[in-house]
Amino acid sequence: MANALLFDSTLCVGCKACETACAERWKLPYNEKIAEEQTLSDHKLTVVQTRGESYARRMCMHCADPTCASVCPVGAFTKTALGPVIYDASKCMGCRYCMFACPFQVPVYEWGSRTPKVRKCDQCHDRQMAGKVTACTEACPTGATLSGDRDAMIAEARKRIAENPAGYYPRIYGIQEAGGTGMLLLSKVPFEQLGMPKNLPNQPLPPLTWNVLSFVPDIASVGSVLLGGVYWLTHRREAVAQAERQPEGRLS
Amino acid sequence: MTTTALPLPRLDSLWRRISIWRVIFYAIMAAALYAAYLRAFHGLGSVSNLSDEFPWGIWIGFDVLCGVGLAAGGFTLVAIVHIFHIKRYQPILRPAILTAFLGYLLVVVALMFDLGRPDRIWHPLVMWNPRSVMFEVAWCVMLYNTVLALEFAPVVFERMQWRRPMRIIQFISPPLVIAGVILSTLHQSSLGSLYLIVPSKLHPLWYSPLLPLLFYISAISVGLAMTIFESWHSSRAFGKQLEWPLLMGLGRLLAVVLGVFLVMRLMDLSRRHALVLALEPRPEVYLFYIEMFLMAAPVLVLLSGAVATRPRLLYLCSVSSILGFIANRLNVSVTGIQAVTGASYVPRWTEIAITMGLIAAGFAIFRLAAKHLPLFEHAPAGNGREST
Repeated sequence: MANALLFDSTLCVGCKACETACAERWKLPYNEKIAEEQTLSDHKLTVVQTRGESYARRMCMHCADPTCASVCPVGAFTKTALGPVIYDASKCMGCRYCMFACPFQVPVYEWGSRTPKVRKCDQCHDRQMAGKVTACTEACPTGATLSGDRDAMIAEARKRIAENPAGYYPRIYGIQEAGGTGMLLLSKVPFEQLGMPKNLPNQPLPPLTWNVLSFVPDIASVGSVLLGGVYWLTHRREAVAQAERQPEGRLS
Repeated sequence: MTTTALPLPRLDSLWRRISIWRVIFYAIMAAALYAAYLRAFHGLGSVSNLSDEFPWGIWIGFDVLCGVGLAAGGFTLVAIVHIFHIKRYQPILRPAILTAFLGYLLVVVALMFDLGRPDRIWHPLVMWNPRSVMFEVAWCVMLYNTVLALEFAPVVFERMQWRRPMRIIQFISPPLVIAGVILSTLHQSSLGSLYLIVPSKLHPLWYSPLLPLLFYISAISVGLAMTIFESWHSSRAFGKQLEWPLLMGLGRLLAVVLGVFLVMRLMDLSRRHALVLALEPRPEVYLFYIEMFLMAAPVLVLLSGAVATRPRLLYLCSVSSILGFIANRLNVSVTGIQAVTGASYVPRWTEIAITMGLIAAGFAIFRLAAKHLPLFEHAPAGNGREST
């Protein structure tokens, strides 16, 4: 089974150790000014946001059926068997359809670069391959971020809600959203108060375009035959009309 | 420009040639070139107001979505003349093909500005993802550009009096025109399918499962409108007679196609219970009304029969449907998205300069082609004689 992260907002103290660890792993600059920034950007692939009384953590959700992987014209995104959705910058031509289509508004772009690429969290795919937990999980001092098998994470989340019903909003975000994600959230407050999109369908998004796209071969083949038929009919009709107008012509 | 003393009359004629339109043209081109320089050497961030929360701006919303649609006259006229074999429309076929060809070439140029890595525009050729609408659009646009080049080639061959290549083109013409119509059908609708993936980001007045079909039908309507628009301007600019009966015919067809589009659009809105949203006093709702009015007005005028004796009215109808079409595409791609996500985006002057530069280049190249190529002559004698 695929791995997933579990972020428990009720345990997060906003220390931003995960941000530091993430920046270190990607070799991105990190300082007090960057720590203040509240949005994802090309130099901040995870962010701890202050939302009223709570802290929210934003990063790639690693969807089970990722929208980015389906929309990318060159197939630069891959959903790995381990769970992480990874991005191959050497394929990317920069159309930014992934950024436009992502229901969680996660992929970001290197707007200032002359050879820009998309950036997003890859859930430390290389570390996971080596059997390690993600850098942010390792850095988290309170256990607000856990990583492991997705089913085990869901079981753990359920257990926490069951043991402390008063402390949690009674839902786990990410089990069904957009067909399920590899990042699960727990919170004391409703998830839209943590800035999560609330109007997402519970089904994966890629079938929305695939349902139409899968008709392409039919339209091309049936359409060609139909138009070919019309072409033949109209031209044949003219040839016949011409022949009928000249009686001798019909003989030849 | 020379500083030596010229005889007065020549200076005078030189001055007359520098008309206001020329000045505007060169001003736009200069601005566009400067913007292109900034784009090439300082990256997307320096020339656009695009951002992580609003990654597609007017280069996609106008240059690509509207550009491809406005070029739809090519496949529409090819279908009418070659496939349905209604030969009396032959005289306006070539300009329509040229408009389409130029339109698509300019869309590719626009993409070279918008893509983060234009040097990799060929990637979809070798890196496939058949699940992606963008992949399908890329292939269709590339193939259709080839088809358009071949469809337009006879005009050049005729001018050069190259008979052999002309015969080859005539030989492959039937599959060529059919491929052109199929490819257009696929990618015109697919531009709508691009937006099917954002049900949570596009305003319900525009998000619909029918987007591909709506995009296709509106592309046909605007293709007809553009053909009328372009014929009208050609007749004025090049002093040729207006193909009035033909344009009237196109006008009637335009009314029907646009009417079908509007009925479908309204039925779809009511079926999705989205019509009530049109009662909210919000900016995007006003834009919805502007879009609907610009499209509905020409239908009513054309159906009323008032245009029969008034060419200018037909021209205004085409302008109104073109503007309505542009409003629709921009509402889908820009305002309809902003209305839901709250993303802030106003195009930077450099974005507008490049877009205007492309339009100006389109007009200029069309003018050049009309001057030097047999664009308005009837096809070789014997072809048009039997018609009507």
